Amino acid sequence: MTEEIIIAGFGGQGVLSMGKIMAYSGVMQDMEVTWMPSYGPEMRGGTANVIVILSSDRISSPIIKHFDTAIILNQQSLDKFESSVKQGGILIYDSNGITRHPERKDITIYRVDAAEEAGKMGNPKIFNMVVLGGFLKVKPIIKIENVIKGLKKSLPERYHSLIPMNEKALQRGTEIIKKV
Amino acid sequence: MEKELRLMKGNEAVAEAAIRAGTDGYFGYPITPQSEILEYLMEAKPYETTGMVVLQAESEVAAINMVYGGAACGKKVMTTSSSPGISLKQEGITYIAGAELPCLIVNVVRGGPGLGTIQPAQSDYFQATKGGGHGDYHLIVLAPASVQEMADFVELSFDLAFKYRNPVMMLSDGAIGQMMEKVWLSPQKERSKTVPGWATTGKPPTRERIIITSLDLDPNAQERFNQKLVAKYNEIREKEVRYEEFQLEDAEYILVAYGTSARVCQKSVQLARNEGIKVGLLRPITLFPFPSKRLNELAGKAKMMFSIEMSAGQMVEDVLLSVNGKVPVYHFGRMGGIVTAPEEVVEFLKSKIGG
Repeated sequence: MTEEIIIAGFGGQGVLSMGKIMAYSGVMQDMEVTWMPSYGPEMRGGTANVIVILSSDRISSPIIKHFDTAIILNQQSLDKFESSVKQGGILIYDSNGITRHPERKDITIYRVDAAEEAGKMGNPKIFNMVVLGGFLKVKPIIKIENVIKGLKKSLPERYHSLIPMNEKALQRGTEIIKKV
Repeated sequence: MEKELRLMKGNEAVAEAAIRAGTDGYFGYPITPQSEILEYLMEAKPYETTGMVVLQAESEVAAINMVYGGAACGKKVMTTSSSPGISLKQEGITYIAGAELPCLIVNVVRGGPGLGTIQPAQSDYFQATKGGGHGDYHLIVLAPASVQEMADFVELSFDLAFKYRNPVMMLSDGAIGQMMEKVWLSPQKERSKTVPGWATTGKPPTRERIIITSLDLDPNAQERFNQKLVAKYNEIREKEVRYEEFQLEDAEYILVAYGTSARVCQKSVQLARNEGIKVGLLRPITLFPFPSKRLNELAGKAKMMFSIEMSAGQMVEDVLLSVNGKVPVYHFGRMGGIVTAPEEVVEFLKSKIGG
């Protein structure tokens, strides 16, 4: 099993940390993982993206052009990465701020209105966990319990009180994601 | 003691491995894409636990000269930087090579020339393997291709550096420095309490003074020293070649790639083999000494060889010298901070073999 994922959005949206949580969760599940961020000028205010590869085998190239899953969180990233999804792959997007929706017919498109949902839940910061919950609903390659373990491992102790909130957000994500 | 599993950036792995290897001193100056090494060490504060010195120098030049001083005292010392910073260090590096001192220099390469870009490149191959500074000298050059190797090669580098009294360079790049992977870390080693006999630690009345210098104004003596270095480099060429082979058993076409490009090429091999093209990969782990003998053997069986590197074509010269005309050799790779895509390698391959 190998899953090649790109997560792309604005800097500050939690793109890199969502990828990091995925990677930690993969480690908790004894998988091989790579987490390759875009770094440098793009990160400062513009778009941020990260490639996460989870695999049962040794991982070859950490930098790739085609993905099994693209998780898209803004219009610029949709424009840039819609064409990078492998045929038969998956595109997950949040429609918040999207003016041109994805159009490809040879991939499966899911919508998860995570920004709106996180607002309703009273904590916009858990937005990325709602998205992650949605992803894990359609691609259950990591168990939610391992995500929680990953969170415990990656978050400093002083933030551990926030874990139940994150768990709720993951749960909400699994409920609100829908096929387009 | 068992190894410890962590998820880390390549840069962080270098820093943590340095602490655990019992390094005596780190001297650095920040530059993207390797600043996490210094940042990690400052946060880990090993000076409170193992006693390892961590110092942000006033410049790259100062840092390498602190390494020179520490090495002359027989200490396990290191510095890290990225391409423009490594250029600044070259004077110090040639002096350390000329004084036959052990140390570790890590170059997390970014695109050049000049300030270039902060994105990954492999355009410092010539500088790392052919000298870099002035004079007839070589560094031992290791090329990590994973976060695990970023950690493992720290201790290996120090072992080789002390064995041959020669500076060792880890030639990494921005991609390996910035990416996170699983890494198994060795248990903490104590810092060495023994001082090598050649180290300058103060002259007791019981022995002659020890002089460490790279200067000899007598040409005959200097030539004898040069010959001694040549003999050392030949011994290193004989004993320390390291490489990894990937699907070479039946390969008609051979990719040669190190570091990030080797990872890319593993995927290219899979993609090409899916199309029925028999491709394999030789990954040099040591760039000096270069696996010339093995490449020459393989050249007898292959139809073509390809040097895949993120540069205008540097390692390709060593591949050409190794195969000595036995087989056609081509270079391919992106530059300017762009990582070659696995598919691009396959396309290039097909354009040459006409399939």
